[in-house]
Amino acid sequence: MWLILRKDLTVEVRSGEVAYTTLFFAVSCVLIFAFALVRDGRAPEDGAAGLLWIAIAFAGTLALGRTFERERQSETLRALLMAPTARPAVYLGKLLGIVALLAGVEVILVPLVALLFNANALLEHPAWLAAILIAGTVGFAAVGTLFAAMLIRARSRDVLLPVLLYPVIVPVMIAAVRGTAVLLQPEVDTQVAWFWLALLATFDVVFVTLALWTFEPVMTD
Amino acid sequence: MTSAAAADDFDHVAVDDVSRHFGRRRAVSRVSFTAREGTILGLLGPNGAGKSTMLAMLATLLRPTAGAIRFGTLDPRAHGAALRGRIGVLGHDLFLYPELTAHENLAFFAALYQRSDASGVATRALVRAGLADRADDPVSSFSRGMRQRVALERALIHGPRLALLDEPFTGLDDASTAALVGRLRELRDGGAIVILATHDLELAEGLIDEAVFLREGRIASTMTRPEGLRSAYRDVMGHR
Repeated sequence: MWLILRKDLTVEVRSGEVAYTTLFFAVSCVLIFAFALVRDGRAPEDGAAGLLWIAIAFAGTLALGRTFERERQSETLRALLMAPTARPAVYLGKLLGIVALLAGVEVILVPLVALLFNANALLEHPAWLAAILIAGTVGFAAVGTLFAAMLIRARSRDVLLPVLLYPVIVPVMIAAVRGTAVLLQPEVDTQVAWFWLALLATFDVVFVTLALWTFEPVMTD
Repeated sequence: MTSAAAADDFDHVAVDDVSRHFGRRRAVSRVSFTAREGTILGLLGPNGAGKSTMLAMLATLLRPTAGAIRFGTLDPRAHGAALRGRIGVLGHDLFLYPELTAHENLAFFAALYQRSDASGVATRALVRAGLADRADDPVSSFSRGMRQRVALERALIHGPRLALLDEPFTGLDDASTAALVGRLRELRDGGAIVILATHDLELAEGLIDEAVFLREGRIASTMTRPEGLRSAYRDVMGHR
């Protein structure tokens, strides 16, 4: 698992391909929404939370597609599946790589959203924000990694990935947006924040467990 | 006996009445053969004959729709990970990361196959491939023949008991082909089971010990110590 993560990060540092395209896409998305929605310096209430997660989801989909396209081009995913380790470890390695990549994008995205949407409150609760970002990103990537791996041989994988992925991750996105919106309030209601965080953690456990359970049969049939 | 220890012991691979369907298409249909240690078995046939599907099943990457493949007494469903550690695959695609250097690629796969001193293993493999001076160059800068040599070392980095090779001579010049043939003979003489899918009969002639002719997913014929492969192939496959 750690070997695969290290390999993915080395390849990414070497090429920068996925990180730069994902970041460019996410920043463009935020900028467009900022120009469309922010008038006279006033942003829609809680808009920053929704926008942040839209950008993460869209950029994440792009990252998933490109990351697995790289494994497809030289059929290296097959080589990973041939390794004498439990195949779910391959899934976990790829999942951690996607989460690490998206975490890097979020580090730039969050201050940008806070700046453009007058949402400095986001930055006032870094621990809460980090927890919600990590939990939401893991939930998104858990399903996305499984689907992207499943679709690696499908001809229209670029179209199919969002079509399959978005309906399944709607609950994660709702919990992530609501959890982030709580942090935008003048007084953070920690009970409500805990509720959304716990819900996200539950989704993470369910999705990761299901993906670990199904990864091997899905990849060998 | 542990799975890993048991996997060291398999001395033959038995394919028993194996079929593989993709939807309604039958890629492989009721194929049976046995590959023994110290032999090179050739899967011969035209494109679409089911050779690559057969290799994917032998590599445990695909499950047969019907029938069974046994590695000695071992069932891949029960000993999957341990068996995979004893199988080396050189596919039509090379299974290399073009962004990584030759050494990084081999060291990564050596570590993945739990070899101790992965870096040293990679260095020795590059010496065997005659590419020690290009160890730190990215694979993307290599010619097809050089990549193929690295890919062969990747496939054999863990000293597999069963080597599966899919069209390994594609794109190789004469020197690289001769080196590959030498390496395959070395593997056979070392007691490995080598299964080679190819439609290059000239190279297969004199190299393989047993031939299994596949046509449209079925076994058309088999030969032991094959001679006159080209005429046998013509007889079996018709005018193709």
